[in-house]
Amino acid sequence: MRALRWHGKHDIRCDNHIPDPSIEDPRDAIVKVSSCAICGSDLHLYDGFMPGMQHGDIMGHEFMGEVMEVGSANKKLKVGDRVVVPFTIVCGECDQCRRGNFSVCERTNRNKDIADKVFGHTTAGLYGYTHLTGGYAGGQAEFVRVPYADVGPVVIPEGLTDEQVLFLGDILPTGWQAAAQCDIQPTDTVAVWGAGPVGQFAVRSAVMMGAEQVICIDNVPERLSMARAGGAVTIDFDDESVLERLAELTQGRGPEKCIDSVGMEAHAARSLDSLYDRAKQALMLETDRPHVLREMIYVCRPAGIISIPGVYGGLIDKIPFGAAMNKGLTFRMGQTHVNRWTDDLLRRIQEGQIDPSFVITHSVGLEQGPEMYKTFRDKHDGCIKVVLKP
Amino acid sequence: MSIPRQVTRPDHSARSLARGLGWFSVGLGVAQLLAPRQVAGFIGMPGSEGAVRACGLREIATGVGLLLADDPKPWVYGRIGGDALDLAGLGWSIEHGHEPANAAIAAGAVAGITLLDLGCAKGLDAERVPSTEWDYGDRSGFPEAAQNMRGRAEPEFAAARAEPNGYPQQLH
Ligand SMILES: NC(=O)c1ccc[n+]([C@@H]2O[C@H](COP(=O)([O-])OP(=O)(O)OC[C@H]3O[C@@H](n4cnc5c(N)ncnc54)[C@H](O)[C@@H]3O)[C@@H](O)[C@H]2O)c1
Ligand SMILES: [Zn+2]
Ligand SMILES: [Zn+2]
Repeated sequence: MRALRWHGKHDIRCDNHIPDPSIEDPRDAIVKVSSCAICGSDLHLYDGFMPGMQHGDIMGHEFMGEVMEVGSANKKLKVGDRVVVPFTIVCGECDQCRRGNFSVCERTNRNKDIADKVFGHTTAGLYGYTHLTGGYAGGQAEFVRVPYADVGPVVIPEGLTDEQVLFLGDILPTGWQAAAQCDIQPTDTVAVWGAGPVGQFAVRSAVMMGAEQVICIDNVPERLSMARAGGAVTIDFDDESVLERLAELTQGRGPEKCIDSVGMEAHAARSLDSLYDRAKQALMLETDRPHVLREMIYVCRPAGIISIPGVYGGLIDKIPFGAAMNKGLTFRMGQTHVNRWTDDLLRRIQEGQIDPSFVITHSVGLEQGPEMYKTFRDKHDGCIKVVLKP
Repeated sequence: MSIPRQVTRPDHSARSLARGLGWFSVGLGVAQLLAPRQVAGFIGMPGSEGAVRACGLREIATGVGLLLADDPKPWVYGRIGGDALDLAGLGWSIEHGHEPANAAIAAGAVAGITLLDLGCAKGLDAERVPSTEWDYGDRSGFPEAAQNMRGRAEPEFAAARAEPNGYPQQLH
């Protein structure tokens, strides 16, 4: 089969003649991918900021398709089912899964012992996302082996296009969970950093959960235009001071809820701290650039909530923790517990409350994947979300 | 859907770098004007105070230009020219002056700054190339105007589920 494989930093190739996956466990299924996407999280691998990738690993964790083969113990799926596969692999039986904390499933990470050492405890296995989370082959491929396929995959009813449902597996529930974690009150201002795909869904989720005002911060004009279409007031951090504009828009109180949908590769064109982070990251003294976190802690209204869907991988520095503690802020974060949200969100898509396909700007064949990583990362050609068709 | 248009955008990081270089020029120029003897002594060219003062004036002029001009580009090219002159002078001093080690250190510093100047010029130059800007103002994803969607989801329900262990139903 063909698949996009990681060969090193900034080196992703569409390789042919990769052996097709096969059933390895009676609970498995094999899915023939009809659509997959490139996620902001993939960029952290592309840019070499997440450790734990190996030469030849198959990329991708946002995918859907048709079930081709089902293991003997799998009672949920049958051949021909159309499924969206959540990026978190969940067993459905461990204590965390039973509590709905799916992204920290205790059993699906094949490299549990490494993760136990690095993070203290293992987290769930993920597709195409480093050997720290199991080293599972990813979904930017023609075929994928789906382990624990009797739990995670979401069966899609007739009448919905790939484009409408594909994002159920990652970025739609991620934006939704980011807003849900904010416990939004009708008087709240919710500020969303980052107008990438996750930020777009966070904006719309915050609107649907009834925030009085939603503000979105980025420096890419077309992404900001899309955020405005979804109901946000926008701040371009190249043109305006984020701190001043936020104060203005909240009469000096600061936003009650702050969402970081940027993560560890934050840009900051004109601050000293960002130069400091870049230097430290280059010298490997710090792995992540937490510019957005610092800004959020500083502007957030006391007793507010900081919700962090943006991915961080390791160590961060110079976090104003005194401000956070004394202001009584609440932090909520994590990889998304995708299966907590999928039923509800699928219903909303069916009812027409939201059509997630608005975010797609590029739809091309798998073989164009490697150049699309660059287009997406550099935000060229108006790119916001790329869908690949294997 | 979504109509593109051609725009040229300012390169904000090149422009803020230009401002930084402007302040650097002013600072260096003031030092050269006020302490020409020390500067000339350090680089091993005593007696060239006049030349150092002239360099100082040149630095201040380009610095002020960089800080005040709407278009910093010509001033950055000016800095690059100045860098070349400085490097030539320091090169002479490394070979013939009294303090070749100091002159070499100074030349290294100037070379570093020259790289910044070149990068800045390159960034400013690329501003001329028009880029395509897309307006996605028609991509709301909602069936109705965004303000009508406000509060459509039950926030208490969503928030309760976002609690750790916040998924009450049995999965199976
Ligand atoms: N928690 C999860 O389960 C989960 C799932 C999917 C994605 N993510 C993470 O969410 C983040 C965003 O993903 P994406 O797909 O939207 O990626 P993206 O890279 O397209 O979006 C990031 C956006 O942040 C903007 N940005 C950079 N610096 C900024 C700053 N200082 N202030 C404001 N905006 C800034 C960029 O211009 C860009 O538009 C990534 O870190 C990704 O790994 C997390
Ligand atoms: Zn993702
Ligand atoms: Zn589990």
